[in-house]
Amino acid sequence: MTNYIIRRLLQSVLMLFLLSIIFFALVNLAPGGPLAGYGQSRHARAERVAVLKRQLGLDQPLPMQYLIWLAGNDWMQVDADGDGIKESRGSRLGILRGDFGSSFRTRQSALREITLRLPNSIYLMSITLLVALLIAIPVGIISAVKQYSTFDISATAFSFAGQAIPEFWLGLILILIFYAWLENPFTGEPLLPAGGMYTIGGGFSLWDHISHLILPVTTGALGWIAWYSRFMRSSMLDVIPMDYLRTARAKGLHERVVIRRHALRNALIPLVTLFALDVPYLISGAVFIETIFAWPGMGRLYYQSALQRDYPVLMAILIIGAIFIILSNLLADILYATLDPKIRYE
Amino acid sequence: MRTPPGVWQRFLHHPGARFGFITLSIIVIAVLLAPLSPYDPNSSNLKERFQPPSLQHPMGTDSLGRDLFTRVLYGGRVSLSVGILVVVITLFIGVTIGAAAGFFGGSIDNILMRITDAFLTLPALLVLILISAILREVEFPLLARNSVITISLVIGLFSWMTFARLIRASILSLRETEFIIAARSIGASDLRIIIREILPNMVGIIVVEATLELGWAIIEESGLSFLGFGIQPPTASWGNLLSNAQENFVKYPWLAIFPGLMIFLTIISVNYIGDGLRDAFDPYKILHKRS
Repeated sequence: MTNYIIRRLLQSVLMLFLLSIIFFALVNLAPGGPLAGYGQSRHARAERVAVLKRQLGLDQPLPMQYLIWLAGNDWMQVDADGDGIKESRGSRLGILRGDFGSSFRTRQSALREITLRLPNSIYLMSITLLVALLIAIPVGIISAVKQYSTFDISATAFSFAGQAIPEFWLGLILILIFYAWLENPFTGEPLLPAGGMYTIGGGFSLWDHISHLILPVTTGALGWIAWYSRFMRSSMLDVIPMDYLRTARAKGLHERVVIRRHALRNALIPLVTLFALDVPYLISGAVFIETIFAWPGMGRLYYQSALQRDYPVLMAILIIGAIFIILSNLLADILYATLDPKIRYE
Repeated sequence: MRTPPGVWQRFLHHPGARFGFITLSIIVIAVLLAPLSPYDPNSSNLKERFQPPSLQHPMGTDSLGRDLFTRVLYGGRVSLSVGILVVVITLFIGVTIGAAAGFFGGSIDNILMRITDAFLTLPALLVLILISAILREVEFPLLARNSVITISLVIGLFSWMTFARLIRASILSLRETEFIIAARSIGASDLRIIIREILPNMVGIIVVEATLELGWAIIEESGLSFLGFGIQPPTASWGNLLSNAQENFVKYPWLAIFPGLMIFLTIISVNYIGDGLRDAFDPYKILHKRS
């Protein structure tokens, strides 16, 4: 197992290296290059752009630029004032040492832009997933245990609908209903806020906080509830005809114990894997939800950066997103082996 | 290629599939008949701005007084075309890579599958946004600014992985079956075995996966266009109609309701059809389900 983990980690490093080359090529081979989005560059004079290029090291050959992006330039002479003469030592550390460059938009470090918003995204996504799992798992179990009951049939219909509703439409519809149409009977204000994390200037109150969470969480959770409840149902149906459940019943265990202790535990194992494979979809969901509900997270930051072609921030988020995905895949494999002793990795 | 007997009957027996098939047929026919509409999808009529749904304008009008129903129909042409193109592209890439990996095995298999893994670890939507953001600024002679073909290529390039894995897995499992060994023992060539024996046995999974891919591609295009990185106005697509609605939908809700409803109905129909096809191609599953 340890060997397996080490090998997978090495593979992951190689994969990240490959991905970083792909991302770098995408941005730098694009016509106009990364400077096309630099502030007012389209109106800037050609000499000014040339100076900027020298200052940013964009006059170097691409492999060199990649190396600098990766490992920094504090070990070489650079042309800091852009006059064509290399006179001082570089100050970039490279992404390997956590320096993703600075945002074209705010001139702040790209990493800092991200660390400011990442917790907000993780917070929203965790609550969304928690809500989704708390609903989906019981629904899936009941659907499987009472297969073809009215409950099962309605849950199935719901899950087909839930998987077909695009998040970006659901969000708009929920805003229509709970912000535009329904109002709070006491104050006459909209029942729920349409966006943001809290009321600006309103001070902290628990209700204010929760009311800002309800719509984004519902929008995000619906699809996951639909998807996981289906999966939970079929996973339970796979387990229910097993001999060890018959044994448990034969021992005289109560049906509830049989389902909870013996069936559920085994049915949950595939869910763990699925969960890890879903991380990319979680990230894309974050882009839509945070954009619609003005949630100050990483998804919205990515959207805004893409609109203004703020490449350092885009690259940083892509790399961090890929690291998240690779790590969660690895974690799923390890958990899978831990939970299911039949699985052995060579 | 032959389909197993009774697939069509079993498909129509599935209530969800029947619903999906009828709904999708209506949508496709309506979209094809879009030019019959008395309104032009792109010319504005400022006297008719923000009209609520009525007999003249079944879905109301938008901020430029254009008939929303007409725009939804034309948008459907764009969205469905992107969906179909993406399926063709992903089928082509996926089947080529999957078949090569499964059939040749060894180091070719290893390299192709590592590439597939790498694509699977990409945060797909983020990459699509990045590429579209780059392409938005570019004038290529063939790939006009975010045209249907460009968007389909971009989406297709990042969604062939499931196909490749599926094709590879089924070739690997079919390769060792007795009828393939039998074909080989009477002297059939590799190519003949792939085309005559292996492919007909994969029609089922390919058709089912292609259906699900269609739905996925339509959602992906709508999402990109919704964020403003897909099909660019004035060309309508279901996604950019929703995107346009964002400014005014609280006052004029029909702008957001109808385009989204079309996406929803299309996706749910496609998913039901996929589900029905899966059951229809797998008679064992039906027997199993009924018992």
